[in-house]
Amino acid sequence: MITFIIRRLLVSVLLLLLVSLITFAIFFLIPRLAGQTSYSLAAQYVGRNPIPSQIRAIEIKLGLNEPIWVQYGRFVKGIVFGYTYSSGPSRTYCPPPCLGYSWRSQQPVWPQLTSNIPVTLSLAAGAAVIWLVSGVAIGVVSALKRGTIFDRLSMGTALMGVSLPIFFTGQIALLLFSFKWQIFNVQYVGITQNPLLWAKALVLPWITLAFLYSALYARLTRSGMLETMNEDYIRTARAKGLPERTVIIKHGLRAALTPILTIFGLDLGLLVGGAVLTEYTFSLHGLGLFTIQAIGNSDLPEIMGVVLLAAFFIVIANLIVDVLYAVVDPRVRH
Amino acid sequence: MAATDENVNGGRHRALRGVTAMRSRRQPDTQGKVGEQPTTGAMLEVRDLRVHFPTDDGLVKAVDGLSFALERGKTLGIVGESGSGKSVTSLGILGLHQHTRADISGHIWLDGEDLISATPERVRQLRGSKMAMIFQDPLSALHPYYTVGAQISEAYLIHNKVGKKAARQHAIDMLGRVGIPQPASRVDDYPHQFSGGMRQRAMIAMALSCDPELLIADEPTTALDVTVQAQILDLISDLQREFGSAVIIITHDLGVVAELSDDILVMYSGRIAEYGTAEDIFGRAGHPYTWGLLSSMPRIDEARAERLIPIKGNPPSLINVPSGCPFHPRCDYANMTNGKSQTEIPILHEADPGHLVACHLTAVQREKLRAERIKVPAGNVSGEDA
Repeated sequence: MITFIIRRLLVSVLLLLLVSLITFAIFFLIPRLAGQTSYSLAAQYVGRNPIPSQIRAIEIKLGLNEPIWVQYGRFVKGIVFGYTYSSGPSRTYCPPPCLGYSWRSQQPVWPQLTSNIPVTLSLAAGAAVIWLVSGVAIGVVSALKRGTIFDRLSMGTALMGVSLPIFFTGQIALLLFSFKWQIFNVQYVGITQNPLLWAKALVLPWITLAFLYSALYARLTRSGMLETMNEDYIRTARAKGLPERTVIIKHGLRAALTPILTIFGLDLGLLVGGAVLTEYTFSLHGLGLFTIQAIGNSDLPEIMGVVLLAAFFIVIANLIVDVLYAVVDPRVRH
Repeated sequence: MAATDENVNGGRHRALRGVTAMRSRRQPDTQGKVGEQPTTGAMLEVRDLRVHFPTDDGLVKAVDGLSFALERGKTLGIVGESGSGKSVTSLGILGLHQHTRADISGHIWLDGEDLISATPERVRQLRGSKMAMIFQDPLSALHPYYTVGAQISEAYLIHNKVGKKAARQHAIDMLGRVGIPQPASRVDDYPHQFSGGMRQRAMIAMALSCDPELLIADEPTTALDVTVQAQILDLISDLQREFGSAVIIITHDLGVVAELSDDILVMYSGRIAEYGTAEDIFGRAGHPYTWGLLSSMPRIDEARAERLIPIKGNPPSLINVPSGCPFHPRCDYANMTNGKSQTEIPILHEADPGHLVACHLTAVQREKLRAERIKVPAGNVSGEDA
């Protein structure tokens, strides 16, 4: 198991390198393919009415005039060993993992990312708990009461949840609960400052996000349960004289949950990398909102940082899922 | 029609007499009172069992009026093709049909207790303790996520007031008794770490863990290698002797029941085609369908190797059951009954004492045709098949 995890981690590092390479290449190549030179690129970052010497200085400072592999090498080196930037007489050391400095705000990228993580993590974790519990519960009941009013109603709602985009449901939620009835009109605060306010501020985003996912999970759980409850081993469990409750939970749900666990890990990893729509709708300053701004600003270091971080989360989530899979399913273990 | 011969002896014949007597009396208005009590005193008595499934395409009469009785320590073989209602019967006895999907009527008395009118909770308590079942494919019938030991002790824990340790020890004992080597270490293995034969042994250990009085084996050897099949059948009959359970073996393979069964019930289209002792079925079979089953069975005691003769056609759909005798479209002799085969459902009647046949052929016709169709194992009959 340990060797498996180590091997997977090594593969993950390679994967992250590949992701960074591709992101870098896209960012570097696309403007050039569109006919822009490093000089005209640099012009974006100087401010209004720049004089050519300022542009030239920025071009050299950002290293835009250098070949792509030099730029990329510097980027990777910064992540692993840190990097010392020198502009004129002053020298700034950027400790690893150094993702460079924002081309716009001149702020180091890594601290910006880490300050954004708690918001996104709070959002994703809270929503995940809600959607996992509600989605699986609704799915199980729907499967057992297949064809009844409950099943039809919950699956209809689920269809709505899957189809309605977050910027729609989120707006409705905001309109009703934040503006009209003023129940949840609070600004986000950190959980360490005031857990109650933290939760109150996140209730709407949690529910909005969880609505989408629990709809998905309810449908998945339902079909999974319908399938497993038809398995021979369920009949065996009943033939043993186990109470129906034990049959459903211990024998049915246990098996039906395995694929859901996989998807749950991936979804969570994806969300921690930034719940873009939800954060945007509720103005939560997390990684998602940060990503939108970075892309809007064509700020390469910030984009690289957030893409790598998101990829890192997905890779880690994958790894955790694989390990959990071995824990859950003995056939994988042996 | 009721049996009157006094020279028949043994509980089975008494049991059968009860069933036939009941059947003959089951004319119009006597049904009510006679049907309420078991008549034979057998450990298991099934009377007029009907399992119907309402579907969108129509009513599926999977089991339609089945009656039989089984004494303690005896083995009944239920034989038939797929769709004849064998498995539906066994699941019905265990109460494993969903009440929302199946209409079940009739009586199933286990030690005098009617399982059909009993509450589902009561039937659940009996399942696994007083009656248990072995399924066809042990790989899919065992839960892949739990160890073999856990699955065996689970049944024991539910029905006995014991601790987990005692249940585990019991699981180890049971694995040893069904012939699994080193049971103390194999108890923590998962089903996928067992071979096919071992899995079926584990299934048997699970079924017998609470010492059931009735064991139903639904095609216990179908999914196994031929070499393992014989071992499993031996195991079942050894354990039956040891535990004294009554056993119902459900199979499409007459060879399997030939080895184990005291009685044999041949089912066709949810009804009894023929019911008698193993000697009745193998020596004096009276139903053309049984003849078909017999001549499609390979025999090593035949004087010379002969081509096996399959039964022509396919089992009927249970929604559009043929009129009259359900077997008549596949029967070679349906035209010998003056059209009765096509219009009347044959009544189950005694061909010999305790030997029931549902066929329109007259006794004389039957004797003559049987002599043509069935080779006596002694091997003195030769010539072409009819």
